[in-house]
Amino acid sequence: MLRMQKLASAIQDAARMLLEEKKVDLVVGFSKGSLPLRSTPCFIRKPEDAAKLTWDCSCENNLANYLRKRQDRVAVVAKGCDARSIAALINENQIDRNNLFIIGVPCSGMVDRAKVEAALEGKDLIAVEEKGDTLVLKAIGVTMEVKLDDLLHDTCKVCRYGNPVIYDMMIGEPAPAKPEDSFADVAAFEALSPAERRAALAAEFSKCIRCYACRNACPMCYCTECFVDCSAPVWVNKSTGTDDNIMFQAGRVFHSAGRCADCGACDRACPMGINLRGMTRKMVKEVKELFGYETGVNPDEKPALAEFKADDPQPFLVKE
Amino acid sequence: MIIAKNALPGLLDKLIAEYEVYAPVKEGTYSLYKQICKGTEAYFGFLNSKIPPKGILFPQSEKLFSYSGAQMEECIDSKKKVVFGLRPCDAQSLLLLDSVFKNDKYEDPYYMNRRANTLLVGMACCYPAPTCFCTSMGGGPFDSKGLDVMLTDIGDEYLVEAVSEKGRELMAKMALSAAGDGQKAAAAKVRDAAVVTCEVKTDGLKNKLDANFYDSIWESFHEKCLGCGSCTYSCPTCHCFDIVDEARDCNGCRVRNWDSCMFPLFTLHGSGHNPRTTGKERMRQRVMHKFKYFVDNFNATACVGCGRCIKNCPVNLDIREILADIQGSEARSDK
Ligand code: SF4
Ligand code: SF4
Ligand code: SF4
Ligand code: SF4
Repeated sequence: MLRMQKLASAIQDAARMLLEEKKVDLVVGFSKGSLPLRSTPCFIRKPEDAAKLTWDCSCENNLANYLRKRQDRVAVVAKGCDARSIAALINENQIDRNNLFIIGVPCSGMVDRAKVEAALEGKDLIAVEEKGDTLVLKAIGVTMEVKLDDLLHDTCKVCRYGNPVIYDMMIGEPAPAKPEDSFADVAAFEALSPAERRAALAAEFSKCIRCYACRNACPMCYCTECFVDCSAPVWVNKSTGTDDNIMFQAGRVFHSAGRCADCGACDRACPMGINLRGMTRKMVKEVKELFGYETGVNPDEKPALAEFKADDPQPFLVKE
Repeated sequence: MIIAKNALPGLLDKLIAEYEVYAPVKEGTYSLYKQICKGTEAYFGFLNSKIPPKGILFPQSEKLFSYSGAQMEECIDSKKKVVFGLRPCDAQSLLLLDSVFKNDKYEDPYYMNRRANTLLVGMACCYPAPTCFCTSMGGGPFDSKGLDVMLTDIGDEYLVEAVSEKGRELMAKMALSAAGDGQKAAAAKVRDAAVVTCEVKTDGLKNKLDANFYDSIWESFHEKCLGCGSCTYSCPTCHCFDIVDEARDCNGCRVRNWDSCMFPLFTLHGSGHNPRTTGKERMRQRVMHKFKYFVDNFNATACVGCGRCIKNCPVNLDIREILADIQGSEARSDK
């Protein structure tokens, strides 16, 4: 797609300039991956390597994950959700804003590889061609044209912050505004009876192999010792088992209350295709409804859990 | 021999009466090997399963023994099993696991007991995936080594061939009809058409790894790696484990869980010291173990080219690219 190519070359120019002028030591962005529809995080240190940088609808990883506690001066290519996570990490003193240059890129959504797999019914994608607002997917014996919108990640479909909230330089045209997130998915879950909810969670988390890709892909999961890795005391059994898998995930979600930017990085990282957003978004919704707080949207705002107001709602403590 | 596709569920049902039968089962957009209770549950529409079938013989979480006070009970599983629809790369991986779990230093009764009681019915790969590189790793889409029986999809039927004596006995129980010349020719045709397009150069790789432990090449491979267990848990040859007790008071069990060299915790000592400090050492370990140490120890490469780690890595860190970079690097003589 021409628009994407333009964005890619603008990103390359910016990176080259920053490295040539020695404004940064490193640019973190995306380069072409080894599979079709797959970009991969890349680290550029020489101006002549800037040409490796790319931009398209497969830049799914949250690059904020690579920015914590760095000593070097870094530029990062940030889409909307990366920028929100960066804002949250700055708030938590994990990133020194003075050492970070943010190349903001408006984002209209990234492709969900699982949806591509579903469309191809398990056949392996061999090639892909972009054609306006559709993608032509090719596998052995199959060629199909699918609307890009139908392949977007669910996170991206409801994301209202495709335009980075903080940046030092913005590349490309702003993404169009979207309606307020209705949290229909969470509401549907809440409408279930406790037994049904338990069954729904068990069905998802029985698939978990405890690879911790979700935790490690999350920019906000950075404890030096994760509670699941702790062996004295044992908070969660090391063995896989549906109950322990749920405990692990519930712990992770509670630990990121008011910190999760709903970027969907955990969900995209999960090899087993577990619906992790079902849990993370429940927490995002709670925090938004109780405290009117959305992570990383207003970089100057104090995080919900770092502040106490006398009139904070406390429905979980006392009956109001 | 020949079996019609629509007769396969019935045949599986017969096997289920006698064996624990494991077969690929469709789970949304992928397949997993699971124990099936009905022949119709098996689904052969996918190539490689999401997670390899190694867990049937070497479960992710395996109870070794349980205890209650001074009473101990060992958990040895000697039930007769059939794994149905195993891909050639996965069969090859079991031969590699065999050398880990039974060698001149050690014999693992848990794995070996299951192994001795398990029959492997393979399914040849008519359409290798772009991430498959089995032919570079000593295997191939129609390679039958390690299998007892091999099936080839020829449209509405499968050609069934015995590979081992045990396989011949199993086939005798199946009461199949003989294959005609046309059916054999059809099988030969799909075999010729099944081409693995991806190639990974392995010549000289071991020599490079013998000398490059301290090479600067290891500085960058891990940079984007998240240090998760996705690649190792989806690898059919990875076999590292951790042993823990899960107990309350005096009652509990000792469990063996899959572990991953990509986790920082993997080599963390009780003292707090960690000999593999960063992702660099951990990535080097993963590559060295597969392509050097395993060769040193067992004269084989601990990769069968199934491509799962490539597909499952959340940041698209591709082992083929790492190997190509190492191959392209200058040979070192210093150590
Ligand atoms: S990424 Fe998925 S499979 Fe891995 S630990 Fe997280 S939820 Fe479980
Ligand atoms: S290293 Fe990767 S390609 Fe090789 S056997 Fe393991 S998962 Fe398959
Ligand atoms: S790697 Fe080879 S044996 Fe394994 S699934 Fe692919 S074609 Fe089949
Ligand atoms: S799956 Fe990828 S990110 Fe995870 S440890 Fe392996 S190489 Fe690293």
